[in-house]
Amino acid sequence: MAGSRKWVLGLIALAFLVPLLRPVFPDVVSDYRLFLVSTMIIASIAVLGLNLLTGFNGQFSLGHGAFYAVGAYTAAILMDKLNVPYWATIPAAAIVCFIVGYLFGLPALKLEGHYLALATFALALAVPQILKYKWLEGLTGGVQGIVLMKPEVPFGLPLSEDQWLYYFCLVVMIVLFWGAANMLNSRSGRAMMAIRDQYMAADTMGIDTALYKTVTFGISAAYTGIAGALSACAIAFVAPDSFGIFLSIKFLIGLVVGGIGSLTGSVLGGIFYVLVDNSAQSLTQFIRNDLGLPFDLSAYTVFGVLLIAIIYLMPMGIAGGLFMVYRKLRGARA
Amino acid sequence: MAALLEVMGLKAFYGQTQSLYDVGFEIPTGGITTLLGANGAGKTTTLRAICNMVRTDGTIRFDGKNIRGMATEEIVRHRIAHVPEGRGTFTTLTVDENLRIAAYTRKDKQAVKDELERVFTYFPRLKERIQQQAGTLSGGEQQMLAIARALMLNPRLMLLDEPSFGLAPLIVLEIFRILRRINEEEKVSILLVEQNAALALDLATHAYVLETGRVVMSGPSDVVKNDENVRKSYLGY
Amino acid sequence: MEQLIQQIASGLANGAIYACVALALVMIYVSTDHINFAQGEMAMFSAYISWQLMSWGMSFWVAFVLTVLISFAMGVLIERLILRPLHNAPVLSIIVVFIGLLAIFNSMAGAFWSYLIKEFPSPFPKSSFGIGGVIGPHQLGVVVVTLIVLGMLFVFFRYTPLGLAMRAAAQNPQMARLVGVRVDWMLALGWGLAASVGAVAGIMVAHIVYLEPNMMGGILLYAFASALVGGISNPAGAVAGGFIVGILENMVAYAGNQIEKATGIYIIGNGEKLTVALIIVIFVLTVKPAGLFGRVVVKRV
Repeated sequence: MAGSRKWVLGLIALAFLVPLLRPVFPDVVSDYRLFLVSTMIIASIAVLGLNLLTGFNGQFSLGHGAFYAVGAYTAAILMDKLNVPYWATIPAAAIVCFIVGYLFGLPALKLEGHYLALATFALALAVPQILKYKWLEGLTGGVQGIVLMKPEVPFGLPLSEDQWLYYFCLVVMIVLFWGAANMLNSRSGRAMMAIRDQYMAADTMGIDTALYKTVTFGISAAYTGIAGALSACAIAFVAPDSFGIFLSIKFLIGLVVGGIGSLTGSVLGGIFYVLVDNSAQSLTQFIRNDLGLPFDLSAYTVFGVLLIAIIYLMPMGIAGGLFMVYRKLRGARA
Repeated sequence: MAALLEVMGLKAFYGQTQSLYDVGFEIPTGGITTLLGANGAGKTTTLRAICNMVRTDGTIRFDGKNIRGMATEEIVRHRIAHVPEGRGTFTTLTVDENLRIAAYTRKDKQAVKDELERVFTYFPRLKERIQQQAGTLSGGEQQMLAIARALMLNPRLMLLDEPSFGLAPLIVLEIFRILRRINEEEKVSILLVEQNAALALDLATHAYVLETGRVVMSGPSDVVKNDENVRKSYLGY
Repeated sequence: MEQLIQQIASGLANGAIYACVALALVMIYVSTDHINFAQGEMAMFSAYISWQLMSWGMSFWVAFVLTVLISFAMGVLIERLILRPLHNAPVLSIIVVFIGLLAIFNSMAGAFWSYLIKEFPSPFPKSSFGIGGVIGPHQLGVVVVTLIVLGMLFVFFRYTPLGLAMRAAAQNPQMARLVGVRVDWMLALGWGLAASVGAVAGIMVAHIVYLEPNMMGGILLYAFASALVGGISNPAGAVAGGFIVGILENMVAYAGNQIEKATGIYIIGNGEKLTVALIIVIFVLTVKPAGLFGRVVVKRV
């Protein structure tokens, strides 16, 4: 789809220029908004990680929150205990998470479908407790977590901290997505997807399925781990209880709503779950104050209903839906 | 006498693949009819189609009532018993439970009890093994159990799919003898699908020959038995 | 020594809860080949329903029975309305739907009843039949109630025609149809029963862990471990697995306590219970997926 490359470059250019328009639109391009967009970028990277494993390689994970946590804590510990500069924690988190993911991928080779889902679900449930383990307290700060400092704007550039953070996340995202796109278009990518679609055929065709599956696990964990590291930088705080099962559920929502097996879908999914998460509060206030009903509506009711609705109505997610529309328009012209 | 089962222009599909193209036949009440044909001709598919276990098109009428498209379990409740390929016994349940499950849909307890006794007169071996797990029975005993279970449905029509499959010749003869008794004494009409054409033609009163999803020959079994093509293709002489 | 017996006794009580939830999981797995990830949240929601009924003035046992019936209906409705149309959908879709149900039940409980922790009454009065110092009245009551419920289920499946039909439908749905069993309704009933058993577990455990929307997370993990240990395709195994895991959980914590007392080094204790469960899950899945009593399914190529 050569046409889409122009779109992507255009969007990237826009993404770089818009924050610089602050002097013109000070309210729209505020620090708060930029921070929000940064969290959307981080979410997209996390969802992309999950997509690589589940959407493109067919291995179900309900526990990607675990890798996000590992990435976040790796970054936090490096910054807090070893004074590593924030930008160096990104590749460090990537390496650590790749190893963890690969190691998890080894026993995962034996597990199919819902058994793997079960194992990863169990992992997600146990993560907060693991993080609070007494022997790790020296490193992890136990229940209270670790407080960090937000990245400083380098080189004395005339940007706010949130603007700089935004650019940093944006660059990381572009690199990661570009890498993923290249990988998926290569022979390795086709092998990954062959494993997803027709495992036995791929195996007999001579593809080293075990190697691909474990390495994909590692790469997927690395991606989500990078997102975790970025979030540690952005929020400047990590604590065990923010990495529970519901984090993994958010990633799943991003995956399903955005579109399984789609790069664009990962971006859409990340944007989506951050948006709903943030609007849940205003929705609750609306229900309480304006409608007068005594309900504390949480984002998760919306998420849960949407998950089920999407499976019924648009199993390929928003990206899939848009693709269908695009195809129809294309078809009508040709 | 109107036919018990009428099939006309039957088509059947496994997913997108069509397996039956135009099958038509009639089962008279009280008779034994056999469907012959090579592997893949569509014999098993025909039985499955009658019970709506595959996607179908065409007409299937049982006792004058249209049953095509009805849910399998409803068709069965109209008193059609299907003994599938491979017997289909519930291997983890006992012989007793296998028989009782077939009586599940019947309301009259006393009739069920009498039925059970009658079934044991046909298959005394089953009575000996009544608490044994069905999966531990021999092949022949499992076939007997499958037929006995079909009887417990108090059927008017019994569909049998390759009852001789994998069984020793003596057992097969015994089973076929019992089938004849069931047909005569219980007044159960039988539609028999068999690879063993000789045995089938001996037992049956009518025969249909299927080839690649179509009926290519039909008639009383004596006539079919002596047909030259049939003799060459299915009887080996 | 007395402490050891106490630990075993409380392990039995916990084990009874795990046995119930594990049984619910296995019942659904055996009839539909799916793992109900929402089982814990459904049980929690049932516990809230019973709390609500009691706060409207009903006595504990009346609310208990009513809640079990309501939960049964809930299970049947979920199977019929939400899961049935997805009968042939890919596995990922169905897993996603389960997670969706999990999210809905959890957040709706929080919406209706808030996230504040509530106390949940015990029907077993403090002064009564605890075996002094060894096992408290509520714990003993939990074990007794669980055994009664399990006994009823056993009788139902073994000796009633409907139970027989459900077993047949789970074992071989196609053949069950051929003997006239309405297999689709059997699946719905299976869900209803699983939801009821889950409700019993939720109501019994609420007094111990206090009523709040996130109370069943850890218990669900332990139920998974129990079902896997017992053999995920074996209902009796699930029950045995529950008790085994319950006692094991306490033994590990006890051993950890003893080691800490003796050497001053803290290796493991009550704070690592979920980690222990995770290790059990991963261990069983990779080393012996059929568990103690289950059967390994061979995949036909």
